[in-house]
This record gives sequence, structure tokens and C-alpha cells, in this order.
Amino acid sequence: MTELLAYAAARYNYWVYILLMLIGFYAMVAHGNLLKKVIGMNIFQTAIILFFLSTSAKRGGTLPIVGPEALAGGVAPAQLMNPLPHALMLTAIVVMVATLGVALAVLVKIYRRYRSFEEDVILDRL
Amino acid sequence: MLLDHLPPLLPVVPLLAALLLPPVGAVRRGLVHPLAAGAGAATAILALLALRRVLAEGVIHYHVGGWEPPWGIELVLDYLSAFTAVAVSGVGALALLYAGPAAGAEVRGREASFFGLALLLLASLLGMIVTGDLFNLFVFLEVASISSYALVATGDGRAPLAAFRYIVLGTVGASLYLLGVGHLYLMTGTLNMADLADRLPALASSRVLAVAVGFLVIGLGIKMGLFPLHGWLPDAYTYAPPAVTALIAPIATKAAAYALARILFSVLGVHRALTEVPLMTLLAWAGAVAIVAGGVLAIRQNDLRRLLAYSSVSQMGYIVLGIGLANRPALIGAYLHILNHAMMKGCLFFAAGAAAARLGGPALADLRWMHRRMPLTTACVIVAALSMIGVPPTGGFFSKWYLLVGAVEGGQPVLAGVILVGGLLAAVYMFRVLEHACLVRREEGDHGPAPPSGRSEASPGMLVPLLALGLGILAVGIWNAPIVSGVLRFAAPAGLR
Amino acid sequence: MIREHDSVIVRTVVRALVPFIQLFALYVVFHGHGSPGGGFQGGVILAASYILIALALGRAELDRLVQEGAVLVLGALGVLIFALTGALGPVLGAPLLDYEVLSLPGVHGPEARALGILIIEIGVAIGVAGALTLIFCRLAKAGEGEGAP
Repeated sequence: MTELLAYAAARYNYWVYILLMLIGFYAMVAHGNLLKKVIGMNIFQTAIILFFLSTSAKRGGTLPIVGPEALAGGVAPAQLMNPLPHALMLTAIVVMVATLGVALAVLVKIYRRYRSFEEDVILDRL
Repeated sequence: MLLDHLPPLLPVVPLLAALLLPPVGAVRRGLVHPLAAGAGAATAILALLALRRVLAEGVIHYHVGGWEPPWGIELVLDYLSAFTAVAVSGVGALALLYAGPAAGAEVRGREASFFGLALLLLASLLGMIVTGDLFNLFVFLEVASISSYALVATGDGRAPLAAFRYIVLGTVGASLYLLGVGHLYLMTGTLNMADLADRLPALASSRVLAVAVGFLVIGLGIKMGLFPLHGWLPDAYTYAPPAVTALIAPIATKAAAYALARILFSVLGVHRALTEVPLMTLLAWAGAVAIVAGGVLAIRQNDLRRLLAYSSVSQMGYIVLGIGLANRPALIGAYLHILNHAMMKGCLFFAAGAAAARLGGPALADLRWMHRRMPLTTACVIVAALSMIGVPPTGGFFSKWYLLVGAVEGGQPVLAGVILVGGLLAAVYMFRVLEHACLVRREEGDHGPAPPSGRSEASPGMLVPLLALGLGILAVGIWNAPIVSGVLRFAAPAGLR
Repeated sequence: MIREHDSVIVRTVVRALVPFIQLFALYVVFHGHGSPGGGFQGGVILAASYILIALALGRAELDRLVQEGAVLVLGALGVLIFALTGALGPVLGAPLLDYEVLSLPGVHGPEARALGILIIEIGVAIGVAGALTLIFCRLAKAGEGEGAP
């Protein structure tokens, strides 16, 4: 039992991302306010980005910047953080920004027509 | 030689055209649509050239930036991706041609942004098809989705609400896909599809793999509108402007279906080493449920476009069913259905837009006297309806035939029955459309419109793509043998029954 | 319309900070090919400086400094720089996005690739800064005179 707990505690980054993801999901499902749904959507995406980033960390690892000197002496991958998840998540953040921009623009259009962000009010005015 | 760069050219040509549109539109607005349609046609021709080259020389690998895989991004054109590229770019080019005259008041004055988004959608769908890298696929998937969200939101009325729902659900789908890719990356340290396929068999019993596959399948299931994850689809297709639905409905979900097949067979190799979860059986049954549920829901609709949207849910079920059966005839049927469904749904949505423009509304009751007023359009609807039901010699018959053979060979009599029942359901909802279009007569005390005297076909710009798709459906049916034996036989993964 | 901020402290601090923020943005852009940083990050910081101006000094001040039309053109120009640099490869007989073709006298192999990445990063920075500023301008304008939701 203690082994299991230690195993679970050692992987706290997963717990954090799962918790964040569920918070985002709850906000998307439970809130009737469309703006809050967008915020929930963002938390959801951020959770996945944090998941990727947490996997690149290494104990005692440092920045993966290598100069010509280091290349001559060989690179010790165990001492460098994995840069690939960072590069991937930069792209994912760009995607997230674009989605957010479109979502906000659509919300502006919805607000102009229904004068509200509340789902039940909008349903009444359909 | 420029043709050595065919794999990147497929997404790059529409992308460059999309970038050129705003300055061109600023100078002369009239040039926007011809340029967009021309770029679409050029992309379709490039896709045909790519298919011819693949048939002649085999699979084409292209290393972007000169970086060798698995470090660099690899683009791959094989039988399946070249075939899907032809289907998507061909129907997409016709939809772009159609969108010019079909684009209504909501687009006027913003043609450059509208067609720019449409070309961006086409470019990213082709990017999804040619890429050999899982993360690259995610980026193209999201670019395609973001341009679809924006296109749907150009509509008036309830379109922004439909677009908002599409954004929220689509983002969840993309995020889950990304999470699945993350799990695969953590297990293997690579994102290249071919490299993953080499490394994954050693990890076949891992539970992480099962979780990753679950995320990938659910994420792509949302994107392709697989029942019961189709929540965004009916509203988006119904309330988007007709020109947008005609573009998105035939091709966007097909690219996601292609991505699912690509990941399941080329990356995970599910036909070789199944994970602990009976994934393919589940997928096959999900497809079967989608066929029946989509069909039943379609029968209840009184709005032509909503009916067609639910019919899309049903027809996507056939593709998923074929993928889930995972034997050679079933896969050939599923891939052929990607082409067929793109063509018949394109044809029907083109006709729905033309009918809405000429007859006044999207409701089924508005279609009255359609066969007198728009005989050519009605003929195309009949051809597409026969294909949807699965009547020879239309293309739909042959894809369903292969699916049926696959179900029987796979020892799944119930699924074979579902395929037949799906055809019957399609017959019911398509005959409802045809009944209103061709058969409803003036009854006693009825104050409906009198039989019109003259014809009022849609403008040639809308009619030509419609007729092209109508004839295309017949052509695919008549020449299905060369398509199957020349292309699709090789598209199914080797080592399959 | 976003008005000038009431507090004189906020206005003065922002006026003093903006040049440094923009300088830092350039620093991040020009170090992207050799160390953490790059076009997207630098472009975001650059866009943030303009958004800060609008929030603290008012929308009128931003309009006086940059025209919306010019921002749109700059955004497109950034993408064009990227596209043309990438297209150099196929034109000169190498794969798409292969920057090794940029070999100038004294610049070869990896250095040519680094040069190519720098050019691309500059294009990305201009594109991102333009696009983000434009998104802010359009969304802020769309909400004008509609009251708080």
C-alpha cells in the first residue's frame, strides 16, 4: 500500500495535469456562461501543455543549449532537459491562441445578437 | 524539377493562394473567386499527378528541410494518401467553384477573407493527408478546424452559436488527440509514423498504449462526427451558409477518418498485434450504432440540410465500420466510401444550396415542384440518393458491397445486417426528400404554390459542379473495378486477410 | 473605446517601460536560433507592448502610433518572408525549407541554416506581432458601445 502511495506521489505531475484537465472540463460542462466555457477550454488545453512540459524535465538537468565546445567533447543527454516537448508545446500554444481568438470573435457575434453570454437567456431569445 | 516536390506542393499551393487573396481582393474584388477556384483546380490536378506518380513509381517520401526522419518531418504519399488527396482536393475544388455564386449576403464585401479561409481549410486537410508525423498531423488538424469554425461563424442567425459549440467540442477532440500523441511520444521518444510503427510492437501489451489509443480514437471520433460524439455536426451543417456547408461537409470529416485509418493501421499496426482492449470490435460496433442512429434521426428531420447532416453521421458510420472490421474487403469498402460519401454529400449539399436559392427555403416542404423547376438538379439529387441507398450502378453500391463482403468474411452476420438496414434507412430518408421534390401534388383546398410554368435552374456556376459530381458518382460506380484493383487493393496494409 | 488610464503613475511607468519591452522583444527574436527565444515569443512581446499602450494610454494613442491597415500589411509581410525563404529550397533544387541553399561567401553548412532560421524568425516575429495586435484591435473595437456583458 505504501509502495503504491509512493509510486503515485512520485508522479505528482500527472495528478496536477489530470486535476487541471478535469477543472477545465467541469467549467466547460457545468457553466451556463459561454465566456466561462471558453476559460474552461483554455484550462483544459493548458493542462495538456503542462503535461508535455513536465515530461521534459530531468533531475539535475540543465538547459539544452550546446555550443561548439560541448559538441567537440560530446553531449551528455542525461544532463540536458529534453527540448522537443518545449518546441512542440510552443506550436500547441500558437494553436491555442488562434482558437481563443476565433472563440472570442464568435462570442462577440453572439453577444451582438442575443445581448447575453448566459446559455439559458440565449435559448429564451432564439 | 518542380514535380519532385509534389508532396509539399499539395498543401502549399492552396496556402500560397490563400495568402495572395487579400492583396488581390484589395485591387479587384472580382478576381478573388476565379483565383480561389483556379487554385482549387490546380491542387486537384497536382493530386492526380501525385496519384499517377505513386502508381508508376511507388511510395514517395519527402524530407522537409533535408532533415532525415525520424528527426525531421517526413511527408509520405502512398496509395492511401494519394487516393484520399484526390478525393478531398477534387470535391474541394468543385466546392470552391460552387461557392462563388452560392456565397450569399453574409459574405459580400468579405470575399477575400472567405475564400482565404476556404483555401486554408483545403490546404490543411491536404497537409493532414500527406504528413508522416503525428504532431504535424495535429497542427494541420487544428488549422483545418480553426478555419472551419471561422467559416461556420460567417453565417447569420444561429450560425455563431453552432460555431461556438463546434469550437468547444472540436478543441476537446484536438486536445485528447494531442494527449494520445504525448503518451505515444513518452513511450517511444519519436513522433514519426514509420518509426513509431517499428517501435510499438515491442510495447503491444503496455497499458499506456491502450490509454493512448483511447485518447487518439476519441479525439478523432469527435473531429469526424462519430455517433455519439457528433454533437457539433447537425447544427454546424444546418446553420452555416450554404456555400460553407457544401465545402466542409463533404471533405472535412473525411480527412479525420483518413487520419484514424492511417494511425490505426500504419502506426499502431492493430491488424498485427491487437492491444488488450478489443479496440477494433468496439470501433466496428460504434460504426454500426452510428449507421442506425444517424439514419433514424435523419428520418425525423423536416429541414433538408439537417436531414443531410444526420445522414452524414450515418454514412461516417459505414467508414468506421469498415475500419473496425479490419479485413481487406472491408477496408477497400471504407476507403471507397470516403470518395463516394465526399461526392454524394457534396452533390446533395450543392443541390440543397441551389434549391434554397431558387425555391426559397431549406425545409422539405419548400422543395415542391422541384422536378419541374430544376430538372437537372433533381436528376443529380436522384443519382446521389440512389448512391446513398446503395443501388447499382452508382458508386455507393460498390463501397457497401465491399463492406458487406468484409462483414461476411469477418464472420459478423449482425454487422452485415446493419449494413443492409442502413441502406433501408437511407432509402426512407432519401425517398422523403424525393417525395417532396417530385411527387407532392396540389390537393383539394391546398393553397400551396401552383405548378410553375418555367424552369429556374441554378446559375451555371452552381450547376456545373453539381452535374460534375452527379456524373462522378456514376463514373465511380461504372469504373469501380479499376479503382479497386489499381489503387485501393494496395492501400490496405500488407499482411491483411 | 478604451480610455486613458486615470492614474498618472500607470501612464508614466508604461511610457517609460514600452521602449525597453520592445528592445527586449528584439533581443528575444535575434537570439532565437542559438538560444531560448525566437520569432513567436519575440513577436508576442512586441504585440504586448502595443496592447499595453492601448490599455494604459488609451486606444487613441495606439491609433496615433500605428494604423490598423499597416498592421494588417505587416502581418501578411511576415508570412510572406517565411514563405519566400522556405520556397528558396525548391527553387534552388533542394527540399522545401532547406536553408543550406543560403550559402553566401563565408557562410556555409550549419551557419547557412542558422542564417535561414534567423530570417524565418524575423518573418514569424513580424507576422505574430501584426496578427496579435490586429486581433486585439478588432476585438476591442467590436465591443465598443455595447456596455459590459
